[in-house]
Amino acid sequence: MAKKITLINGGLLNMIIQRLCRQLIENHKDFSSTILIGLQPRGVFFMERIVEEFAKSGHVVKWGIVDPTFYRDDFRIHDKPLLAKSTDMKHSVEGMNVVLIDDVLYTGRTIRAGMEGLMEYGRPKSVELLVLIDRKKGREVPIEATYVGKEVESFDNQRVRVMWKSEGEKEDHVIFLND
Amino acid sequence: MKLSTKHLIAIEPLKKADIDLIFSQADEFKEVLSRPIKKVPSLRDITVANLFFENSTRTRLSFELAEKRLGADVVNFSASTSSVNKGETLIDTVNNILAMKVDMVVMRHASPGACQFLSERTNAVVVNAGDGTHEHPTQGLLDAFSIREKLGEVKGKKVVIVGDITHSRVALSNIYCLQKLGAEVMVCGPTTLIPKHIESLGVKVEHNLQRALEWCDVANMLRIQLERQDAGIPYFPSLREYTELFGLTQDRLNSLGKEIVIMHPGPINRGVEISSEVADGNNSIILNQVENGVAIRMASIFLLAQGIKRVS
Repeated sequence: MAKKITLINGGLLNMIIQRLCRQLIENHKDFSSTILIGLQPRGVFFMERIVEEFAKSGHVVKWGIVDPTFYRDDFRIHDKPLLAKSTDMKHSVEGMNVVLIDDVLYTGRTIRAGMEGLMEYGRPKSVELLVLIDRKKGREVPIEATYVGKEVESFDNQRVRVMWKSEGEKEDHVIFLND
Repeated sequence: MKLSTKHLIAIEPLKKADIDLIFSQADEFKEVLSRPIKKVPSLRDITVANLFFENSTRTRLSFELAEKRLGADVVNFSASTSSVNKGETLIDTVNNILAMKVDMVVMRHASPGACQFLSERTNAVVVNAGDGTHEHPTQGLLDAFSIREKLGEVKGKKVVIVGDITHSRVALSNIYCLQKLGAEVMVCGPTTLIPKHIESLGVKVEHNLQRALEWCDVANMLRIQLERQDAGIPYFPSLREYTELFGLTQDRLNSLGKEIVIMHPGPINRGVEISSEVADGNNSIILNQVENGVAIRMASIFLLAQGIKRVS
């Protein structure tokens, strides 16, 4: 049985998300040439949470959902098959400033695959990466985030999971699981 | 969640969960096919051989497109231009191709059971693209997928398959697939073209097209295989009589007082089993079937390929 430890509770998480939103506003001004892209599966919850936060302050942002599955480098390595999730791209990313969003940055491989998937929809002017949790140790490809909610030191046998209200949790929070 | 099978030989042994899984992935591949770049790199280290021992245009093209859009390397083989004509056996032909490091074989063959035979004797993943009068699993899948797309779900729908049921692998795969998904299935045609004891599969049998159409939500019109009629074994007195009794015309559709979905696996004999007006009409999803064929084949191959472990 994995041991669960709460790393960030609802109140703190809320403050972190508000701070990340302010940083985005500072850098992207009116968002006219910006698009937020949530990475399947769990980056989508985070992206939706950010869009919701922006809506509270009257900011309208374009968004899309990209599934990195087809571009992953671990296809046919694990026993568990990789299954594609929904992609939802109503806007082209051609010439846009893209903010790629995922919940946890660890090895960096999902982000690499996500970027490859993203490029199928055009050539963005720039791509930034926003993550809620950055597990500093464990990077396997040279990818770093532009915006970080919280840096976390962790071991390989630990998992970090962000739980969202929109998936039925009582409140948004982040947990540590020790295997 | 993974497929319960290593090969795709038939629908009969599949579980409903397998079909649901293929459909869920086909939904995502439909999105891929709507992109400006209709290609993903998932299978770039996989080689697929398409072995067509029987003539085929759309199935071979559809498989080839699906394989290429998954990034696989593709080699094609057709019996008419091969050593099969020089007396080589099936297993020798296939072993020679597999010696060239092929990971997956898509095969169409005139003998029922040829794909099963092959799957028991090779390490490659085998996909049945039609084996004699046995099954044509990807056609069964794409037909059910097209019904689901048009009507929202397959469960509870009434589907009639009209035509030559005796010689049809499409009919058999359709029956198994639709029943597993909870549809009611009826077969309709002249008594000579309906196999004896087909009721034992749980399907209704009807010899009157009008009554069948009044019963159904979907009519899948099979091709009358003219080559069989020409081969000196007449299953019905004349084509004209067949068309009169079992041909689907606009007048017949209008007389129903309800809308039904019209399907046809192709190639169509216009004016025989279906009139041009009906085939090209608003209720026809014949071209959607063709489009969905690529997505279904991409999904099936994508899922089956995950059983081929990568060598490092």
